[in-house]
Parts: sequence; structure tokens; C-alpha cells
Amino acid sequence: MTSRGAIYWRIASFAVAAGFVGLWQLIADLRLVSPVFLPGPDRAWASLVRGFTSGDLGSKLLGTLEHMAYGWFLASIAGIALGALIGSSRSMRSYIAPSLEFLRPLPVSAIIPVAIALFGLTQGMALFVIAFGAIWPMLLATIHGFAAVEPRLYEVARSLHMSRLAVIFKIALPSAAPDILAGMRLSLTVALILSVVCEILAGLDGLGHSVLLSARAFRSADLFAGVILLGMIGYLTSLMMSFAEARILRYRRRS
Amino acid sequence: MIPDRFKGLVFPAAALAALEIWARSVDLHSDSLAPPSAIAAAFGLAISDGAFLSATRDTLASAFAGLIIGGAIGLAFGIALGVFQVFDRLMEVTVEAVRPIPSIALLPIALIALGFGYRMEIAIIAFACVWPILILSRAAVQEVEPRLMEVARALRLSPADRVRKIIIPAALPRIFVAFRLAAGIALIVAVTVEIAINPIGLGAAIMAAQQGLQPDLMLAYLVWIGVIGYGLNAGLNLAQRHLFGRAALVGDPA
Repeated sequence: MTSRGAIYWRIASFAVAAGFVGLWQLIADLRLVSPVFLPGPDRAWASLVRGFTSGDLGSKLLGTLEHMAYGWFLASIAGIALGALIGSSRSMRSYIAPSLEFLRPLPVSAIIPVAIALFGLTQGMALFVIAFGAIWPMLLATIHGFAAVEPRLYEVARSLHMSRLAVIFKIALPSAAPDILAGMRLSLTVALILSVVCEILAGLDGLGHSVLLSARAFRSADLFAGVILLGMIGYLTSLMMSFAEARILRYRRRS
Repeated sequence: MIPDRFKGLVFPAAALAALEIWARSVDLHSDSLAPPSAIAAAFGLAISDGAFLSATRDTLASAFAGLIIGGAIGLAFGIALGVFQVFDRLMEVTVEAVRPIPSIALLPIALIALGFGYRMEIAIIAFACVWPILILSRAAVQEVEPRLMEVARALRLSPADRVRKIIIPAALPRIFVAFRLAAGIALIVAVTVEIAINPIGLGAAIMAAQQGLQPDLMLAYLVWIGVIGYGLNAGLNLAQRHLFGRAALVGDPA
């Protein structure tokens, strides 16, 4: 009964969202806002379909996904490895953690000019910026997760004469997994935002660059199509991360 | 043995010293890097001639204006969604559909609708600040001690009084946490928008230093932006501990 109730609520909720789209259409049709700024959902949708069938929206989408994925993977590997290195040793933690705490609130986009000075307006610059920005949530989550491992587990490891690598892979990483996965999810959003910013600044092939060009040419339908697509990337990647999280952490709920 | 308090300083001090020695030994003349001593000199100069001050004022004014507008919208909707379950369930899909749009993607829309300047930046910051405050204040309201709500019902408080006298005071510590997180986001978005396109504030200043091939000034701005971020975060943490003590620690996601 309750599950059926939930489905009805879901349908009603979709109806409300459809109502908002209808309202948007009405505002656009009545020209309450100039169509230069606000295309109707019909025009945005038509532009989206046209972009995929005859335009280059697909390749732009791939470009953005590529920037995001490379930067995020690089940040994941580096963040977890560095986090494990720092987190698994008490003295490393006390020497390095305060510096990281100081750097954490730094708006990461401020590194962009430095990256441009170092690498120029290139793909390498984008990769560096995205990886640098996305590394923080994972690095700090890994350090925190390693520091919060139940101390008795370390005692068990010592009495079993486990090597440091074995301790990291068999005890610390599984125990810190929820923290690390939460950090990885946060990093996804950061990676998407920084991909768009880098594309805008460096003119790299991607949605960020294409929405900016649409805006400059006042092609508002193309602009909205790009923004809708970016929203969908944000939604779908976070959805995929939730599934991955649920699967990886399934063993925890059973115990 | 080094006392724990100073251990944190060893690493940055060593890194700075190494950079200084390296820069001097290779007689560095670069468009992208500068020795720490030159950065410190540029830092001092930019503070004394007021360049930091005016850029910081622009950035923080936009960040706070966006935070207040976005926070007010987020708080109003968060409380409404938290109090009225029906409303919450009906809005679910709409909120889920709009929330994942990265704030920076709205930049071109804000650009053609509002042009360059404060208004466009404030609109984007406000959009970014709505969501954390909406989500966290909704959760804070939903988790208000049920017995308080029973008291409100027994006293036959009107819905407006219920919100004003029971719900807001009970949820206030967690709402403050939401504002603290949103303030950090506001600063990040402000700097990002300025770096990407908007010619005001700290972000534009650091870009100008990069394009003017002044690495010392650029890195001084980077350090200054770091100091601002750290100061804002530390100040809000202090205020939170001062105002709410341990009450705010409940459910703090940070």
C-alpha cells in the first residue's frame, strides 16, 4: 500500500514539474520575457534534438565528459593514494594536515590563472585545474577515514604481523570506503564546474565553450539546450555515483 | 622534539625555503613563477596601495548579496517544504531536476539577461546558495523534536506562530550551519565567475596579473584569496561555536 502511495506521489510530483514546464511555455508564448533571453521549452527541445541529429552537440557533450572524467580519475587516484600515505602515519598527519586545513577553503578556481601561466590555454591546463580542484574532497575524506579506523583493528593487524600495504588494503581502505565515496561524489560536481570554466576560458571543445558562443550570438534556444544538457550530466553522474556507492557498500548493511 | 603546535608550520616553511633557494640558485625569470620573497613584496605593495582592498570589497559584496538573496529564497522554501509534507512530495521532481544544474552553466544566461557587473554575478551566486540552504533547512525542520510540535498543536498556535516561535528557534543551529557552508560556496562561485568572465573583484584582478605577466602579483593574489577563504571559514566556525555551542554539531555534514 505504502509503495503504491509513493508511486502516486511520484506521479503527482512529475505532474507538478510538467506544470512548471507548461508555465514556462506560457510565459514564452505570451512574450512576457523577450524571446531573445527566454526561448520556450519547445524551441529549447527542438534545438537539443537538432543539435544531436545534425549539429555537433554530441561531440561537445563528449568533450565535456572527457575533460570531467580524465580530471576526476586522475584526482581520484592521486587523492586516495596521497590520502592513504598521509592518513596511515600519525607523524605525517601532524606535519601535513594543518597545511591542508589551511588550503581547504581556498576557492579552487583561483588556481586557474596560475595554471594558465604554467601550461598556457591547453588541454593540459584544463586537466591540471580539474584534477587539482577535484582532489581535495577525496584527499581529506581519505585522511579522515584512515584516521577514524577502529584502533583495535590496527592492533589485530600488528599481532598478525601484517605489512603496511596489507594493512592499507585489507583494513584501512575498506573501513574508510564510505568517507572516500562521499568525497568522490562531491568531486564529481567540482569536476563538472571546473570543466565548464576551463572550456569557457581556454576555448576548448565542449559544452562550456558552446553555450558561451550561443550566448554571444544571442542564440538563446541553443544556449538553453546546452544548459539543460549540463544539468543532465550533473544529475546522471551523481545518480551513477549513488548506484556505485550502494553496490560497493552493500556488505556493510548486511553486517 | 618539536611541540605539536609547530609541527604544522614545518612543512609550509620548508616548502617556502626550498622554493626561495631554488629560485635564487637558477636566477629565476619566469612568467609563471616567482620566488616567495618577490611574492611577499608584491603582497605588501598591493595591500598598501589599496588594490587588494577594492578588489576584495567587490568580491565580498557580491558574495554576501548573493548569499542573502539565495539564502532567503532557500530558507523560505526549505521551511515550507519541511513543514508541509504534501508540498515537499509534490515539489520533489522539480527540485531534483533543477538542483544538479551546475551554477556556472547559468553564466551565459545571466550574461545575456543582465550583462557584465554585479547583478549577473549576484544572480549566479544566489542560485548556487539556494540549494544547500534549502536542503539543509528542510532537513533541520523535519527533524525538529516531535514533542515540540505536539506542544505547538496543544497550544493551538497558528501556522505562522508555529514557524516563528517553535520551528525556527529549534532548527536555528542547523540553519546556521547551512549558511556557513553556503557562505563558502558563495565565495567560490564569486571568484569563479570573476575569473571566467566578469571584470570585477579578486578573480578579475588575479587574471589581470596573469595576463600582465606579473607572476609575483598573481601569486600574491592567490595567497590573499586563500587568506580570505580561510578567514571567512574560521570566522564563521568561531561564530557558530560562540552562538550555539555544541547544539550546532548535531548533523553537521562538514
